[in-house]
Amino acid sequence: MADYDPILSVRNLRTEFSGGRGDVRVLDDVSFDVGRGKIIGLVGESGSGKSMTALSLMGLVPKPQGRVNAGSILLDGTEISKLDAAGMRRIRGRDIAMVFQEPMTSLNPVRRVWEQVGEPLAIHKGLGRSAIRKRVLEMFEMVGIPEPQTRLDAYPHQLSGGLRQRAMIAMGLICEPKLLIADEPTTALDVTTQAQILRLMRDLRDRVGTSIILITHDLGIIAEMCDEVNVMYAGQMVEQANVFDLFENPSHPYTRGLLASIPRATEARVARRMPSIPGMVPNLAKLPPGCRFAPRCRDAMPTCQRPPDLETVGTGHVARCWLHAGQTALQSEATR
Amino acid sequence: MTDMSDIAAPEALEEASFLRDTLRTFSRNRMAMIGLIFVVTLVLAAAFAPWISPHDPYRVALDEQLLPASTTYWLGTDNFGRDVLTRILYGARISLVVGIVPSLISLAIGTVLGILSGYLGGRTDFVVMRLADMMIAFPSLLLAMVVMYTLGANLLNIFFALALVGWASVARVVRAQTLALREKEFIEAARANGTSRSRIMFGHIFPNVIPTLIVLFSLSIPEAIMWESSLSFLGVGVQPPEASWGLLVAKGKEYMFQAPAVAIAPGVAILLTVMAFNFIGDGLRDALDPSMKD
Repeated sequence: MADYDPILSVRNLRTEFSGGRGDVRVLDDVSFDVGRGKIIGLVGESGSGKSMTALSLMGLVPKPQGRVNAGSILLDGTEISKLDAAGMRRIRGRDIAMVFQEPMTSLNPVRRVWEQVGEPLAIHKGLGRSAIRKRVLEMFEMVGIPEPQTRLDAYPHQLSGGLRQRAMIAMGLICEPKLLIADEPTTALDVTTQAQILRLMRDLRDRVGTSIILITHDLGIIAEMCDEVNVMYAGQMVEQANVFDLFENPSHPYTRGLLASIPRATEARVARRMPSIPGMVPNLAKLPPGCRFAPRCRDAMPTCQRPPDLETVGTGHVARCWLHAGQTALQSEATR
Repeated sequence: MTDMSDIAAPEALEEASFLRDTLRTFSRNRMAMIGLIFVVTLVLAAAFAPWISPHDPYRVALDEQLLPASTTYWLGTDNFGRDVLTRILYGARISLVVGIVPSLISLAIGTVLGILSGYLGGRTDFVVMRLADMMIAFPSLLLAMVVMYTLGANLLNIFFALALVGWASVARVVRAQTLALREKEFIEAARANGTSRSRIMFGHIFPNVIPTLIVLFSLSIPEAIMWESSLSFLGVGVQPPEASWGLLVAKGKEYMFQAPAVAIAPGVAILLTVMAFNFIGDGLRDALDPSMKD
């Protein structure tokens, strides 16, 4: 383990929002690592805190209501969670870049594509226009935009969704960041384009060695793309494992529920309804006292009234569930 | 593997130029085109007035007072025997300049303050918007008159007075648009690139406001012309013997019954010009609105 040196190491991250009725903790004690050159997945339903994790890493939590209150974020050994606004600006786009969900609206409609894709170079490297243009052309070739020369001067509305997302990825990678955060990069695309974009991201990881955090709610994408998986629920990590362990031995009932909700063609004739997890993600202002998933959990037991910790299930595999609590904990529960 | 959706036909690319689309939509709007032709003609006529008109706008000929329309004096003469049409042409110079310059000033001020107010929010927003509220709540004609009285009636002070009255509504519109734009994903994306606040405001938000500004500009020109006319009519605007349309109406009204054309002709000029600019503004608004395009 001595040579284990992740590019990003997040520890006990806590992000809170203050609203009309007091503070809401949208991220509670979130810890995870991103290994160099790895693609790690962040999965969960809407409202589980995936995107908020990304924004917290980027220092883009909406102010003044939201703020990161505790925890540390080590990027390549440097603490970035305590940086001021100007310091964070220097990191964004240069060391951490982000690709957003909606390629249709992520580009400024009134500016030419090459100017936008090359803007990080102007901001962080102070390059001149012709140097930027040349570099954008290279990036367009790299991300597989056909006829890149003619696309440079296009406006966003002249490109298809797939091309725009390629352009966004080119923009994300143009300063060769240490980490790329892709927040549901393919949700808004049709299935064939989706596959191409995912393949492109994996290729780029293999060629350039960029580490990627992939946020998605699609476990199919996770299985295809990721090395490690973090499952989030109601602002907490509930299960962390490498991708093979997670699919072979899902240990948190929530993860099992998610896996069971993947529609399977072979079952189509047998199952009348697609299986789903009953209930909804709890309101973060009114969380259940113990395990946050307990009200929806089919394995819930009396112990679940107390908050569970992350328990080790296997090598590098943890789950926040009483089912996996160490033998001692169970015994002490029994004698009480 | 090829993906059809990824390869748009290149000729479609060139056709879809934003500017060309806008011009095409605009040129299909008949009223807007009429307005444009009128304004261009007026501007040329005002610019080349000395070559177009055989008369001197300042020459006093007391033997030719208040003549009716004739082949020499197409719209007759005023109480000093000056050709009314020539005075209107020369008056167009001042009226147009007064229409354009203060509009540009209030547009510039209003845009900068509106973007700052909308994007930065907080205290900046509060201060700017309360100032704007004050300007809008205060009777603008009174305010402009006070400015003209205290500073003196000359062209520069007219610019100042009109800009003072005009910036607030521009700032409000621009602020509202900035508020909508700042929530857009491409602004978030720019922030995620490490773009500074000033670069976001003036590199990303400003270009998106330009279509609105063009429309505001074309609508504020007639407004400024009206303002100048009102001020001159009330005697605190342009001073004789200079001619502006409002002043011509004011001076002509005394001879309403002997020679109605002296007052009515410049009034009609104001009316037509204001209408022409309004048609252009409407046409531009439709042409620049992407949802109006086919």
